[in-house]
Amino acid sequence: MFLKFSLRSMFYGAGGGNDIQWCFSQVKGAVDDDVAEADIISTVEFNHSGELLATGDKGGRVVIFQQEQENKIQSHSRGEYNVYSTFQSHEPEFDYLKSLEIEEKINKIRWLPQKNAAQFLLSTNDKTIKLWKISERDKRPEGYNLKEEDGRYRDPTTVTTLRVPVFRPMDLMVEASPRRIFANAHTYHINSISINSDYETYLSADDLRINLWHLEITDRSFNIVDIKPANMEELTEVITAAEFHPNSCNTFVYSSSKGTIRLCDMRASALCDRHSKLFEEPEDPSNRSFFSEIISSISDVKFSHSGRYMMTRDYLSVKIWDLNMENRPVETYQVHEYLRSKLCSLYENDCIFDKFECCWNGSDSVVMTGSYNNFFRMFDRNTKRDITLEASRENNKPRTVLKPRKVCASGKRKKDEISVDSLDFNKKILHTAWHPKENIIAVATTNNLYIFQDKVN
Amino acid sequence: MKGRGLGRQGVPAAGSSGRFDPRVRQMMLSKGLKRKREEEEEEKESLAVDAWWLDPGHPAVAQAPPAVASSSLFDLSVLKLHHSLRQSEPDLRHLVLVVNTLRRIQASMAPTAALPPVPSPPAAPGVADNLLASSDAALSASMASLLEDLSHIEGLSQAPQPLADEGPPGRPTGGASPGLGALDLLGPATGCLLDDGFEGLFEDIDTSMYDSELWAPASEGLKPGPEDGPGKEEAPELDEAELDYLMDVLVGTQALERPPGPGR
Repeated sequence: MFLKFSLRSMFYGAGGGNDIQWCFSQVKGAVDDDVAEADIISTVEFNHSGELLATGDKGGRVVIFQQEQENKIQSHSRGEYNVYSTFQSHEPEFDYLKSLEIEEKINKIRWLPQKNAAQFLLSTNDKTIKLWKISERDKRPEGYNLKEEDGRYRDPTTVTTLRVPVFRPMDLMVEASPRRIFANAHTYHINSISINSDYETYLSADDLRINLWHLEITDRSFNIVDIKPANMEELTEVITAAEFHPNSCNTFVYSSSKGTIRLCDMRASALCDRHSKLFEEPEDPSNRSFFSEIISSISDVKFSHSGRYMMTRDYLSVKIWDLNMENRPVETYQVHEYLRSKLCSLYENDCIFDKFECCWNGSDSVVMTGSYNNFFRMFDRNTKRDITLEASRENNKPRTVLKPRKVCASGKRKKDEISVDSLDFNKKILHTAWHPKENIIAVATTNNLYIFQDKVN
Repeated sequence: MKGRGLGRQGVPAAGSSGRFDPRVRQMMLSKGLKRKREEEEEEKESLAVDAWWLDPGHPAVAQAPPAVASSSLFDLSVLKLHHSLRQSEPDLRHLVLVVNTLRRIQASMAPTAALPPVPSPPAAPGVADNLLASSDAALSASMASLLEDLSHIEGLSQAPQPLADEGPPGRPTGGASPGLGALDLLGPATGCLLDDGFEGLFEDIDTSMYDSELWAPASEGLKPGPEDGPGKEEAPELDEAELDYLMDVLVGTQALERPPGPGR
């Protein structure tokens, strides 16, 4: 049995979105339908080893789950994720000068690679980025000379002998402490943070500017992109996402609301307003509508782990770009093409402005993104097959294989298909994450976090 | 027109005052007031009827959209714009996308059919504006001026920051507080402007600030209208004229907070 399992995972690796069978593993969060605003999940991110899974919510809290170290020989599934640490990362602030509230919602979390026993992550709201240290404490010193065990100080005159305090084991305590606060560098709302491959610097991007920071220095950042026009009346485009290249520490990309991606090289000039490459696909004239620009607005950009490709998500599709080809993507996957005929209604109810994220699997062979009705989609780049799955508490017992879903765009609805008109547009999956090494995925619905794994043995 | 609530100095050129232009306010007000329940339902109906090209069963679905948008789509977009601007801190992406869509719709509704529906180069909106009806131009101008205010006040408050000049890469931004963000400051006030009649507004302004000798006379270069030259962001010092403007803004905000009434 064990041999079969290891052969299987060798053969399929971390890819094969459709060859693997996805099973429900866990769900975190409140059960009731009445969603508390503060519980709305706003970001999900695995750390570099995949052992830790962080979520941020609208209430400014970060919850970190840790994977149990399972016994590989005996276990029938990979370890479960349990709460490891919870802390309030950002508080609501009031800007007295502007007379407005600064939302505490966590927009992004990014992990630093682990260098010592402690873990570090960056979390950001609209205006301020914070570096958090998460460390474990499982021992405490006992046997002080001047203090009693309860903390009261002893009268020094009563001390007749000296002893050396010793460390004794205690229940594991996980502490989160803010080590750096990077504030006051963004006039507009921060949409992205990305750590450089040098692990010393990182970038933060808002609607009009991108700043470069050093992790050790909080009172200064360098502006590397500024697309604010001299006359604001000329403003027609904003920055929607930005990311550093995974290997090349001088290269980063940023996407725009007009569907373009610019690749910049920091060696070319101090201010990277001039791009090195501009990625843009010409508009398909047969699909042109008043909403063309809105649906072309890129909501997420992610480099592949290899650094050869990047993926962008716009309203209806996911596109894979080869960094060497600027004039069109090499692959395009339709997420929910059946919505194209509903754009007017989606404009009316503002759903057309929803920002979906996307992610790669560890081997860059499968990409995943969310949709409505708590559906999420995976596209296998090798087999060209795709699958639609649902994150739902119904019919989800541990290790039950998820049933593929299908949306009926028009005409006669087959059994088990769902018609477009009965989709619930309030149930959006905007945030998904894929374990860096294994077939474990985290999918966030409005206020619940689902964890799915591929079927083992 | 001194002392208009939110402290714009100088006399505006004709048709350039943006959001204070009574025509603009009238138009935006009228668009808002018009939405009584029966008309909303009418709108919904007309939306359904006009949106024949969105009917999935219709053979023309995947083909080019009609050259002219329905007026309900225009109204919807104006409402969205209005709603977006009323936020205390507007979502810039949402705002920009709605404005661009609205411009596209405006362009398709223009009398001259030769106008391309997609204004792509930055110069095009200016060109398109000239061809549109005056109320549309005023709308664009009001939007433009609101965004312009954002940049001006931001430039003011970034002035006192020290600039590191050891030749680090990029432009160091310093750790002091960010711009006032005119859009933010003016947001709620704009809402007040649009809600209340504008006659009462001018009565409430305390003009003693302007009468005082301490303040330099208003320079028209301080707060240029939409068609003027580039803004004051380049000036690093907080000079008297900028201080003047800053005070106007604060006075204007205070003025709005006072209850309106005759013979104050």
